[in-house]
Parts: sequence; structure tokens; C-alpha cells
Amino acid sequence: MAAHSAVLSMSKIINPFWGGRLGNTVKVFGTTLTSHRNKTLLTGENIPPPAKYGGRHTVTLIPGDGIGPELLNHVREVFRFSCVPVDFEVVNVNSALETDDDMNNAITAIRRNGIALKGNIETKHTMAPSVKSRNNLLRTSLDLYANVMHCQSLPGVQTRHKNIDIMIIRENTEGEYSSLEHESVSGVVESLKIITRNNSLRIADYAFKLAREKGRRRVTAVHKANIMKLGDGLFLQCCREVASGYPDITFDSMIVDNTTMQLVSKPHQFDVMVMPNLYGNVVSNVCAGLVGGPGLVPGANYGNAYAVFETATRNTGKSIAGKNIANPTAMLLASCMMLDHLKLYDHATMIRHAVLKTMNETRLHTADIGGQGTTSEVVQTIMRIIQSGGQLTTEL
Amino acid sequence: MSPAVMQTVTLIPGDGIGPEISSAVMKIFEAAKAPIRWEERNVTAIKGPGGRWMIPPDAKESMDRSKIGLKGPLKTPIAAGHPSMNLLLRKTFDLYANVRPCVSIEGYKTPYTDVNLVTIRENTEGEYSGIEHVIVDGVVQSIKLITEDASRRIAEYAFEYARNNQRTSVTAVHKANIMRMSDGLFLRKCREVAENYKDIKFTEMYLDTVCLNMVQDPTQFDVLVMPNLYGDILSDLCAGLIGGLGVTPSGNIGANGVAIFESVHGTAPDIAGLDMANPTALLLSAVMMLRHMGLHDYGNKIQTACFDTIRDKKVLTKDLGGNSKCSEFTAEICRRIQDMA
Repeated sequence: MAAHSAVLSMSKIINPFWGGRLGNTVKVFGTTLTSHRNKTLLTGENIPPPAKYGGRHTVTLIPGDGIGPELLNHVREVFRFSCVPVDFEVVNVNSALETDDDMNNAITAIRRNGIALKGNIETKHTMAPSVKSRNNLLRTSLDLYANVMHCQSLPGVQTRHKNIDIMIIRENTEGEYSSLEHESVSGVVESLKIITRNNSLRIADYAFKLAREKGRRRVTAVHKANIMKLGDGLFLQCCREVASGYPDITFDSMIVDNTTMQLVSKPHQFDVMVMPNLYGNVVSNVCAGLVGGPGLVPGANYGNAYAVFETATRNTGKSIAGKNIANPTAMLLASCMMLDHLKLYDHATMIRHAVLKTMNETRLHTADIGGQGTTSEVVQTIMRIIQSGGQLTTEL
Repeated sequence: MSPAVMQTVTLIPGDGIGPEISSAVMKIFEAAKAPIRWEERNVTAIKGPGGRWMIPPDAKESMDRSKIGLKGPLKTPIAAGHPSMNLLLRKTFDLYANVRPCVSIEGYKTPYTDVNLVTIRENTEGEYSGIEHVIVDGVVQSIKLITEDASRRIAEYAFEYARNNQRTSVTAVHKANIMRMSDGLFLRKCREVAENYKDIKFTEMYLDTVCLNMVQDPTQFDVLVMPNLYGDILSDLCAGLIGGLGVTPSGNIGANGVAIFESVHGTAPDIAGLDMANPTALLLSAVMMLRHMGLHDYGNKIQTACFDTIRDKKVLTKDLGGNSKCSEFTAEICRRIQDMA
């Protein structure tokens, strides 16, 4: 502990302005973090110093496509109404633009601010394969290696299974999403799935640390090591190594196809789950479906230096864009996670409480969970609850 | 009614509970007077000339002749030195399509009702090519292989199946936003084949969207076609929706008209020989086999008897929630079939 406080005070000396802003990451990564932020990266870019003036934080906002822009507008509305000391720096990245400039601007902005809130950017797969997914590019450039999703059943939402509480930690940078493909012979395509020891250890470490922090009892690794013996075998081995350092937490593993079968029949057996990229995609979508759908669950992508918040299932929602029927819950809860990360706990609690009260008590639901409310009605109700909570607000 | 021509089927009882559930199925077929002649064979791998592992020649000969097989669960060899028998069978007969119809069983309650979909999974390539390398210490690369021919073949099978079984739509499941070239190729082939089947609706959906929607509303899906890994995950997910592997049928279609139908559960060594096993999965796979052979009447009769028995809840095996023996369950189904005639 003495070492930790020494590290903390040292980081405060080096960076008095934002010493406390990065929450837990400072305690764990201390000086590595501060020196990382100030030295040139492998790409040769200079990272600009972080932005925070007059007690207000600046957060990068990427509206994206589909329902992203309208939901993020609602987030801004709620923040403005609740006097949250956050300013948004909007960077428009969407699938319509052809060049890479907008992506580079977005990445630089996130490096400057350290935090972002984003909607999903559509990947038109009718374009040439050399045009990669922009969401993926963002995650790998910023090394946001952990995707964390907390699936909890909400009492006000009708689902087939009740009382689900599962945390899913998904490796976010490698695995099947390496985007390394080639056509070796005409008509034969190879796609490479990369698993490395470093990244597997890193994500397993993150999972166990988080489990301990949140008081969770069990971590389950999801894999397919009976078929992909070397790749998933390495992942599993790394998880076991890390598990041995946490004797207070039970560790077990399960094959991915059995996992999905168990999730739809007996989801209560799962506590914390850790897995490589693609299985994470499948399992997180299954769990989101179990608790009520894509409109309810927030997600976060964490790296050592940066954090990006979005909805957990990353849907563009093209078919419901502009119709005022999208569910704002997931995006609002994601923004609350962001506020927690910025240590603005009071504001986070206030907004989260209002969102959950609207969901569970007033039963004002949008169409995706079987109601008839519009997005604006739900947001208005949330703001009304915030106002009646007695906190300082602007005029409704 | 003229007596139907007897058709030969190669029966592979398997290990563990395999023999008892196979004999249960044979009894039920006898009660239904189905025109099937069973030829029992063992497929434990032997070393052929040249040192390569292969299935016994009499099993191969029987299957090549009859073209239809029914298989119980095979145990996975750990120290036997030879590869898994399932893999061997797949390679020997080029079983390229794995078909799993998932229909909710009335009487076996799960949180999901009215499920009625079919997953068709490409079974030879994709992520299960088994090609892996250690590049440097600590970095492993697994290769996912997608070829034009295999993708076209599975797409054609999917549309043919849809047409022959009066299904209205086929959905290709993919992740072409991330795996642009490989899943992109798969998708392109599906689209090309769809052009020749204008009577069937063709849609495409991302894997994650399918998972998300499947657990919320499985009734929106009809026939799903996809590469190997996604097929593995989704077919087990769908099996979970209707009650698990103990009640799910499965069929493997090969080149040259070979088709092997099997139960996909394990060998359950702890209850082997105790007359406790549930033959439903193997029975429903046998029903699938009858339909494949064009013997729909017999298939429907046996399926109805089986579902009625489960719905009645009086005689159920332990895994279905009752405490009857396997033989009692079988006898009840036979009784119902005889009453129907």
C-alpha cells in the first residue's frame, strides 16, 4: 500500500491537473500511465496534454450512424439539464466519408481527452475489403483491450428469465477481429485468428481484478480449445495461470457451444465470464437478449490510458433511426458509467436512478421492450424525475 | 396397400447408452412396421494399410451400399491414438452439411415456445480446418478457411432443403463487417444461389444480431445457413431453446447421396446399462431419416406417438422429469403406434 500511495503522490506531482481524473487506472498503472501519456507513441505522434479547465471535463463525442446521433443528443440534453460539468467535443465519423482523416481526428481527440462516448459507425461490407471497420480501428489504435458488459435483469422489464446478473469481459483487440485476410488461391480465402500470450494474460488479469473489486465469486473462461487446440488452448492456459494468483475466486471453463446452451436454459449459474473476441460477441449478445434487448445494456471499452463508452451490443439501428422510437436507456446508462469513470459519482447516481425509476416504476417503455412510449417521452420523464429529486437543474 | 420395399439402413449403435437407445428405436420401428432393414456396424477406427487410420471396411461398404446411416453417440478417444470417429466419418463420406431442425416439444416445457427453425451448418472447413501455427513464442495463429466451392455447395443444399420441406425463407448468418473477405465470399455465394430460388425469401443477418434476436423471439427465424463455427454455436443455442441435446435430432448430409442421422448428446457412461436413457434424440433423428427417405407417413406416425407420450407426462424418463425406465418409455410409444394403426 505504501508503494501505491507513493506512486499516486508522484503522479499528482507530475500531473497536478488531472492526477485524480483517471480513477482506478492511476492506482494500478501509476507512473507508467503518466509517462505513457507524455512520451511519443510507436506511431511517432505526440500526444497532446489532457484537457480540463475550470473544473469541467471535456469528453469526445462520436455520434456515428443510425440512432447514434439522436441518442447522444438526448444524453447532451440530460447532461445540460442536470448541470453536469462535462463539455462534449463532437467529432463526426460516419460511413459516408471516404478518407481516413476523420478517423485520425477522432483518435487524436480521444487521446487528448482520454474519454469518449460513441454511437456505432456502420461498416458497409459492400465496399472493398481494404476498408476496415472503423469501430474496430478505433479499438485497436487506442488499445482498448477490455470490453466490459454488466447484464442485469431489470424488474420493470418482462423477460423469460429473471434475476440475471452476469459480467462479461471480452478481449477487444485481437482474436478473430485481427482483419488479416488474404485470397491465397482464387476461390480460397484465409482469415487469420491471432491469440497472443500477452493479450490473453492481460485480459485474464483484468477479469480477475474486476471480479475481486466487485466481490464476485466465480470467473468462467469461455473457449473452444477442443478444436482450436493451440489458439484457444493458449488463452485457457493464460487464464489458469492468472487464476492461480486469485485463490479466493473460483475459476472454471466452458466450451462456447455448451455455454450458449446453458445461457438459454440456466443463466443463473454464471457470474463473471472472460473470453476472446468472437465468443465475446456471441455471448454478450445472447446475454443482452436475455435481459431485455439491445436498448437496455451499456458497455464500456477500457484500455490502460483511454476509455470509450457505448451501448453494449453496438447496434446501428438503421431501421429505427429518426423515428423517435429508439430506447435511450442503454446510451444514458453508458453515459453514467462515463461519469463514474470521471469520478462525478453524484451526477452519475442521480441520472442512473432517474433512468431506472422510469424503467421500473413508471413503466414508460419504448417499443423494443413492448411499450408505446417515444424516445422523447422517456427522456422527458427522466428529466422530470431528476428535477423532483431536488438537485440543481435548469428550467425544464 | 402394397407392402413397401424394404430399405437397408446402416445402424451404428455407438458407446455408452448407444446400444440401449438403438434397440429402443428398432423396437419402435418394428411396432410401426416401417420397411427398414437394419445392418449393425461398428466404426471404431482401425489402422489401414499405409498406417492411416480409417473406419473398418465392412462399415464403409455397408454405408456406401445403403447410403443411409443412423448413429448413436460415440465416445471421444483420449489415449487411443486415433482421431475422433466423428471426424473420421465426416472425412470418409464428405459429410458437408449438418442439419438440425429445432421444434419446440409440446409437453417438455422450456421458456421458449413455438420454436420452429432449422440450422444448416457447413461442416468441412471454416474455423475448424485445424490449421494452427505458433508464429513466435506466445503468438498463435489459427487459420479460418472459406472456399467458393464449399460455400456454394452448402448454400445450394440449404435452398434445396427449404424447397423440399416447404420452408419459406433462408437466412445467411455471417460477420462480413469484420471478416470482409472470408464471410464476404460466403455471402456472395449464398446470394448467387438465391438467384436460382426466387420462390424462397433470402435474407442476411449478422451473427450477433441473430443471437440477440434468437433469445428474444426465435419465431422470426426459419432456415439458417452459415459457416462452421457460427453453425456450431447457433445449433447448440437452438438446441438449448427446445430443451437440450437429449431431445434434439441431427442429420449429416454428404456428397454422393450419403446421409447419416445421429443423436448429438454424449455417451452418458454413468447411466449406461441401467435402462435409464432417453431415446428421444435418436428417435427424432430416425424420424428425420424416414422423411429424408420419403417415408413421411411412418415418420409422422412415430413422431406423433413420441410427442403424445411426452405431452401426457405419465411415462417419462428421468431427464424429462419422470421416473420411468427407458424400456417403459419405449413400450408406451409402441403401444400408441399400435393403437393408431
